[in-house]
Amino acid sequence: MFDSLFQYQFLQNAVISAILASIACGIIGTIIIEKRLVMMSGGIAHTAFGGIGFGYFLGIEPIIGALFITICAALGIATIKRKTTMNTDIPIGIFWAAGMSLGILFIALTPGYPPDMTTYLFGDILTVSRDNLFIISLLDAVVILAVAALYHPLKAYLFDEEFSTVIGINTTFIEYLLFILVALTVVVVIHVIGIILIMALLTAPPAIAKLFTNNLKKLMFLSSLLGIFFTLTGLWISYTLNIPSGAAIALFISLVYGIVYIIKLLAERRTRRSI
Amino acid sequence: MNRKNINTKWENVINITNLTVYYQNVCALSNVNLTVRDKEFLGIIGPNGGGKSTLLKAILGLISPSSGKVEVYGTPPAKAQGIMGYVPQFTRFHRDFPITVEETVLMGRLSGKTPIFHKYSKKDMDIAHSLMNKLEIYQLRKRQIGQLSGGQLQRTLIARALAVEPKILVLDEPTASLDAESKSHIYSILDELNEDMTIIMVTHDMSAISSHVHTIACLNRELHYHGHPELSEETIHKLYGCPIDLIAHGLPHRVLKEHGSNGGNNLV
Repeated sequence: MFDSLFQYQFLQNAVISAILASIACGIIGTIIIEKRLVMMSGGIAHTAFGGIGFGYFLGIEPIIGALFITICAALGIATIKRKTTMNTDIPIGIFWAAGMSLGILFIALTPGYPPDMTTYLFGDILTVSRDNLFIISLLDAVVILAVAALYHPLKAYLFDEEFSTVIGINTTFIEYLLFILVALTVVVVIHVIGIILIMALLTAPPAIAKLFTNNLKKLMFLSSLLGIFFTLTGLWISYTLNIPSGAAIALFISLVYGIVYIIKLLAERRTRRSI
Repeated sequence: MNRKNINTKWENVINITNLTVYYQNVCALSNVNLTVRDKEFLGIIGPNGGGKSTLLKAILGLISPSSGKVEVYGTPPAKAQGIMGYVPQFTRFHRDFPITVEETVLMGRLSGKTPIFHKYSKKDMDIAHSLMNKLEIYQLRKRQIGQLSGGQLQRTLIARALAVEPKILVLDEPTASLDAESKSHIYSILDELNEDMTIIMVTHDMSAISSHVHTIACLNRELHYHGHPELSEETIHKLYGCPIDLIAHGLPHRVLKEHGSNGGNNLV
C-alpha cells in the first residue's frame, strides 16, 4: 500500500481526508460526549442524507446539499431544544427519519438512473476527489478555529450552562455555533466513513482517550490522534483485504473499543480486589 | 448569640414586584413581592416544587417573568452581569467532566467581554489562587472535580462564584447532602462572606435558618412570609401543609413550636 500511496492520487486524497476527518471528529466528538449530545449529533448526521438527495435533485455537488441541509437541521434542533421543555429525543427521532426519507424522495424525483447511495451511507474513502478535499479542508479549518477561539467560554458552557449565562457568556450563540460545528463535522466525515457509521468515529476515540486524561484540551488532541490511527489502519485493512473502507474503519474502531473496555473492567475488578 | 439586626437604612439591592412565572400552564410563582437589602442574608424555604429554584432563576435572569419584574441594582438581572455570583446545586453536576478545581474557579473570571483566543491573566490566576487558599482547596487545585468530596466540590463552586467578584452571592441548597462538619464549615464561610456581600440562599436546612440567616422568605407558589426567621405555626401550616420537625441547636429561640403532647413550649 505504501508504494501505491506515492503513485495514486486517490490514495493520497484518502489519507489526507482520513486525517482531516479524524481531527474534526476528535474535537467535536469530545464535546458531544461531555455535553451528552450523542443522539442529537446522530439526528443531525442522518439529515445529511436528505441533503445528499437534495444535491442530486438540484444537480449540484451532493456534499454542498448535505452541508446546507445539515446546517438547517442543526439550527432547527438547537431552536427546539432552546424554546421548549420537550424531551429533545422526540424531535431528534423525527428529524432522523424525516432526513433519511427526504433523501430517498429526492433521489426518486431526480430524473435518470438513480446514483449509488451506499457511498454516502457507509462511506467510500477512495472516492474522495480534489474538490471534496478542498471542501473538507475548509470545514475542518472552521471547526478547529472556532473551538480554539472560543475555548474557555465553550468549556464553561459545556460544564455549567446556567453559571455561564449568569456571568454574561452568550450561551445561546455558543450553543447554535456548536450545533453548526457538529453539522460541518458530519459533512467532513461523510466520504470517510459515511452517515450511518459516523457515530463510531465521533464517540469511540474520546471514550478511549478519557481513560488516559482528564484535561479537555488533551482529550481533544488524543481523540484526534486515536481517530487518525483508527481511520488509517481501517483504510489499510480495507485496501489489503479489499473490503469496503467505511465498514473496515467502523469495525476496527468497535473492536478496539471493545478490547479497551474489557481491559478497563478487568483492571477495575483487580483494584477492587486489592482493596 | 449575636444576631445582626437588619438596618432599615440599607439600600434595596433586589426589588421583585408582582412576579408571576408560568411553565406552560403550570403556575410556579404567583404575584411575589420581595425586596432584598444590602448585606442581608436571606434564606428561601418552602416545600419541593414550591418555586424556590424558580425564584432563584428569575433573580439570576435565567428565566423571564410571565408578568411582573425583577430588578437587581435597578437593572434587569440579565444586564446585571458580574453583580451576582451563582452557586448551583453541586449534586446536579456530571462529576466526570474533564475539569480541575483550578480550572473551575478560573471559570468565574470569564464574562461576556472575554475576547476570542482568550488566555487567563496573571491577575485572574492570583484571584483564583487567593480564593482557593481562603476556601482551603488550594492543595486540591490539580484534582479533577470527580475526585472531590461533596464539601470540597461545594467550596470549589463557592470559590468560582466569588471569582466573579460579586456583590450578591446566590446559592441553591449549598448544604444538601453534606455531612454535619462540611455543613458547619460552609456556614462559617458564608457568615464571613456576609460581612461584605448580600447572600441569598435556598435551603431545606432549618437549623441554618435559625442560626445564620437574617430574614427568611417562605415560598409555596406565593410568598407566605418574609421577615425575621421566627415562624408562626400558622405560616408553616400554610407553607408545608403540616407541622414539621425542626431542631434548634442550642439557640436562644426555637424556630417552631414543638408539636406533640407536651403543650407546645416553644422556648428552649
